[in-house]
Amino acid sequence: MDFSIEPLAEEALLLRFGEGIDLDVNARVHAATRALRAATLPGIVDIAPAYATLLLRFEPFAWSDDVAGSFDRLATALHTSLLPADSEAPDDSSRQRLPPGDDEQRTGPRSSRGVRVIEIPVCYGGECGPDLDTVAEHAHLAPDETIARHAIAEYTVAMLGFAPGFPYLLGLDPALHVPRRAHPRTRVPAGSVAIGGAQTGIYPRELPGGWHLIGRTPLALFDPGRDPPCLLAPGDRVRFRAIASDEFMQLAERGG
Amino acid sequence: MNIEVIKPGLLTTWQDLGRPGLAHLGVGRAGAFDAPALRIANALCGNPRDACGLEITLLGPTLRFNAGAWIAVTGAPIAFRVDGVEQPMWAPVPMTAGATLELGAMRSGCRSYLAVRGGFGAAAVLGSRSTDVNAALGPNGGRPLRAGDGLTPGKFTTASPDMPRSTPKWRLDPRPWHCGEPDKSLRLLPGRHFERLTPTSRNALFSEPFVVHVDSNRTGVRLTGPGLEWTSPIELVSEGCLPGLLQLPPSGQPIAFGPECPVSGGYPRIGQIAAVDIPRLAQLRPGDALRFTPWPLGHAVAALCKREHALQKLEAAILKRLQQHAPRA
Repeated sequence: MDFSIEPLAEEALLLRFGEGIDLDVNARVHAATRALRAATLPGIVDIAPAYATLLLRFEPFAWSDDVAGSFDRLATALHTSLLPADSEAPDDSSRQRLPPGDDEQRTGPRSSRGVRVIEIPVCYGGECGPDLDTVAEHAHLAPDETIARHAIAEYTVAMLGFAPGFPYLLGLDPALHVPRRAHPRTRVPAGSVAIGGAQTGIYPRELPGGWHLIGRTPLALFDPGRDPPCLLAPGDRVRFRAIASDEFMQLAERGG
Repeated sequence: MNIEVIKPGLLTTWQDLGRPGLAHLGVGRAGAFDAPALRIANALCGNPRDACGLEITLLGPTLRFNAGAWIAVTGAPIAFRVDGVEQPMWAPVPMTAGATLELGAMRSGCRSYLAVRGGFGAAAVLGSRSTDVNAALGPNGGRPLRAGDGLTPGKFTTASPDMPRSTPKWRLDPRPWHCGEPDKSLRLLPGRHFERLTPTSRNALFSEPFVVHVDSNRTGVRLTGPGLEWTSPIELVSEGCLPGLLQLPPSGQPIAFGPECPVSGGYPRIGQIAAVDIPRLAQLRPGDALRFTPWPLGHAVAALCKREHALQKLEAAILKRLQQHAPRA
């Protein structure tokens, strides 16, 4: 697997698999994440995937007392661990052979490729999605067609960030790409499904935000008292299912 | 409730050494900004190093103890009185039932730490009692201390000694863990985009002072100084961030990330503040001036190893002292 290693700090480095927001590059990041979790290198504290990079945080004392040798030894271990990951990317049929990482222990429906697919019910438009008409106008589509295009796609969780459990989803229909709002909202309700540029995402709790709100899910994206706390993990696939407002209310009352 | 919060102080939060290992969920580490100061306060109470203490910002809280306890205060020099009598920082201090602890203003620096024997027994969230105000995580939903809160010491001392019967006659020398005046020079490991600063900006970064902006907090310390510019615009997608990262947003004024920083971000990176200098960053208050000096990564790793060994040696020495003063069974 082709990647570069950039030291970031005394106890952290960045593995770079490419540039920009790209499904294939992101797939390699997730393949490497799985391979490194399976490799259980000593002293690794964090394995955090982003679009094109993977942040690795480690205990500096776990690798070497010899400062100069520390990074070299880790780099060698990384290259060794990521060799088998080559056969995985970009479309891996071998994923299920790997022991599950702690973000993959949830039992959920899996596609034929062994990837988790999570269905997220969304109440589109109205009070739940005050910016649906704006997005529809920008896309020169009817609101119903806008909903249909958003709900038919399969998305990939590129990374979680911004706030705990906030998924950045790749796979948005290019017709629905809309620049962010000129004036961000100070309060976006929890569960809001939103579009920002080429991406779509879901606000896990009430937060400030500049994305366009097209709907809302009653599911809890993040709950620190739940195991695992996040509904979605990096690399998961997501599908949206349009629901009516009464189903939204029912699901919300049941606590998502 | 054993300890009652009469006044909460300006911004007082529960902190231990944070919740590592959750960056892939979008959850940051949080934890004490000046971690060595919290560790020493814990050691002085016979606590394990990761027990929960209170991080105090600029103005301290007033607490009434309804039961006896041992406490220690470290970090920035702060007015520290028990029932009106001044007490020494960097030493174990007994509290009798009914006594009132008043922590006032800091003479310099920005953050002090209060440890209590047994640690503060707040409910852990995702494996840690650290408050992350920004992510709304931690005891009481991640909010700071409030008047009327009840605090209960925990029981995180099983392997440590009985505490002395009276105030020991010794106290630690705060140096090198805290200098009288915060050292206003921070060592910087040049980062990925450093070479893309204009030559003038590169020169200004290491020769001119930066002032801490009032709009600074545990998420980031905003700096005001010479406007820094890139030779050409840098477009990036989000990638992993750490406390200590020095980013340059389009305003041209850098931000140094603190313990509640986001786990990812897309601004270009000037560099990374050396881990051994993060406590110095923690002790900078609005209006303080600082300078950056360049430092190679190898030196920073060596310095971090050296500091960790010194800190562990100190923790062991404190434990031994406490045992010598403890009543014999």
